[in-house]
Amino acid sequence: MKPALLLALVVVVVLAASSSLLVGEVGVSPAQAVRAVLAAQPNLTTLVLWDIRLPRTLLALLIGGILGLSGAVLQGLLRNPLAEPGLLGVSSGASFGAVIAIYYGLTSATSLAAPVFGLVGALVTTGAAMALARRGGTLALILAGAAVSAIAAAGVELALNFSPNPYAAYEITTWLMGSLADRSWDHVKLAAPFIVAGGVLLLLTGRGLDALALGEAQAESLGVDVRRLRLLALFGTALGVGAATAVAGAIGFVGLVAPHLMRPLVGHRPGQVLIPAALAGALIVTMADLATRLIHLGPELKLGVLISLIGAPFFLWLVIHVQRRSP
Amino acid sequence: MSGLRLVGVSVKREGRTVLTEASAAFPPGSLTAVIGPNGAGKSTLLAVAAGLLKPHAGALTLDGRPLETFGRQALARRRAYLPQSPRADWPISVERVVALGLTPYLPAFGRLPDELETQVETALRSHDLLALRHRRATELSGGELSRTMLARAVVGDPDLLLVDEPTAGLDPRHALDAAHRLGQRAQAGRTVAMAIHDLHLALRFADQVVALKDGCILAAGPLREVLDEPLLRRLYDMPARLIRDPDGVSVRFLG
Repeated sequence: MKPALLLALVVVVVLAASSSLLVGEVGVSPAQAVRAVLAAQPNLTTLVLWDIRLPRTLLALLIGGILGLSGAVLQGLLRNPLAEPGLLGVSSGASFGAVIAIYYGLTSATSLAAPVFGLVGALVTTGAAMALARRGGTLALILAGAAVSAIAAAGVELALNFSPNPYAAYEITTWLMGSLADRSWDHVKLAAPFIVAGGVLLLLTGRGLDALALGEAQAESLGVDVRRLRLLALFGTALGVGAATAVAGAIGFVGLVAPHLMRPLVGHRPGQVLIPAALAGALIVTMADLATRLIHLGPELKLGVLISLIGAPFFLWLVIHVQRRSP
Repeated sequence: MSGLRLVGVSVKREGRTVLTEASAAFPPGSLTAVIGPNGAGKSTLLAVAAGLLKPHAGALTLDGRPLETFGRQALARRRAYLPQSPRADWPISVERVVALGLTPYLPAFGRLPDELETQVETALRSHDLLALRHRRATELSGGELSRTMLARAVVGDPDLLLVDEPTAGLDPRHALDAAHRLGQRAQAGRTVAMAIHDLHLALRFADQVVALKDGCILAAGPLREVLDEPLLRRLYDMPARLIRDPDGVSVRFLG
């Protein structure tokens, strides 16, 4: 991996994160920020920075990072440029879990009800997909993921259908759109350990993914334990993306797009694209979250919606491009 | 006993026996041609010899040591395996594809050490790939891809090389070139085995032959002694004639 690329990405991510700390309802200039942090007494500016902006920025970085990383790992594992974290049922499972919490009104007791249920939902659906595809190969896994995803999505629709009052339906719909507004340190504490643990598992797949570019038989002959590689990728995705979806709602396309943006820069090597894809994902989500705070069109523009608006045309371009390249 | 040895190896796939009590020796310094009709079990034999498939019965030894006692990495350093029509799924450069052959030597993180880069260089040169090194592996012609994959297989200088149908889909010149390279590898003292349908190439380059039919080894041993007209007839259910002329030996089927 080229150190220059890595350095450039880190610099851009740090710049984006700093802007994310300073921009919002209350604008803070860099000088004000430094003064406020150095001041002995707690003041309004430190309150804004520490309690509102920092957790939100950290979540954007972590969530974007894990989505980009997981997308890169799954594309490498399945040797398919259209693979993304949602494929295995992680996102829909997390959504279904969170929707259950909202449906039964558990969110009024604690704001963490939705993320905790979401995390459980993600782990259950991925676990089910993996158990179903235990004996099969890659295709079995994709099909099992699609099936489990469909079941979770049906559950979400059922909850919307029977929602006790219009307000609950509204709450479910907005949650599904994905957002980082009003997230606190509690959310960071809940999600960060899972995202970091998932990220470590995913990063361990790098070498194996490189060899897997030659197919499973050659990878095995080169000493790669393909079964273990698959487990690392799936558990890492379930933990990391599950936790990310649980606190922020469904955010699509990042896992699909980030690896593609970075791949040409690392010579298309599937193992080398992991860290750049994580950084690119972090950058996309941080910038998009920043944009939701800057664009005022009446009601809040949801993060997930904005990313879909940008991501969907890219997906279209990708489909056309891949068609043209493959025989 | 050095080289690779199979004793009474049986393999079942989904309840069906695809290899029955196969015993054969693959001595070092020789190129063994594994021949037989489609579905005879040639690929299974190579996969089990590579340690990629567990036999249900029998024993395999590499240089006198049971194959299953080698660790995953240790075995990967000593034997290379190329499946039928190997290819790369991503547009990786030829140079990096060849470097993947050194995977079992790599540290868990970090880049390729310099001394290994020299090995990649040597493999590129000896397989006439220097001019193609930056070309994408997905955009190569059949002959170029075959050379790239062979370079990938031998870059770590393995003692044992197993290749499944190295000449499938190649034109006569490139098929000849591929078989010739495997022969050279054997002459350098390594153990080389290939599954092959092209008997002309087998007759020209192989020293040893293993003849398989319906999962059973009909004959195994030095090619000149073992490969005769009755064996070919039993293998392919067709009368065959071996024709010797000043250019060598060729086979004509009279079916």
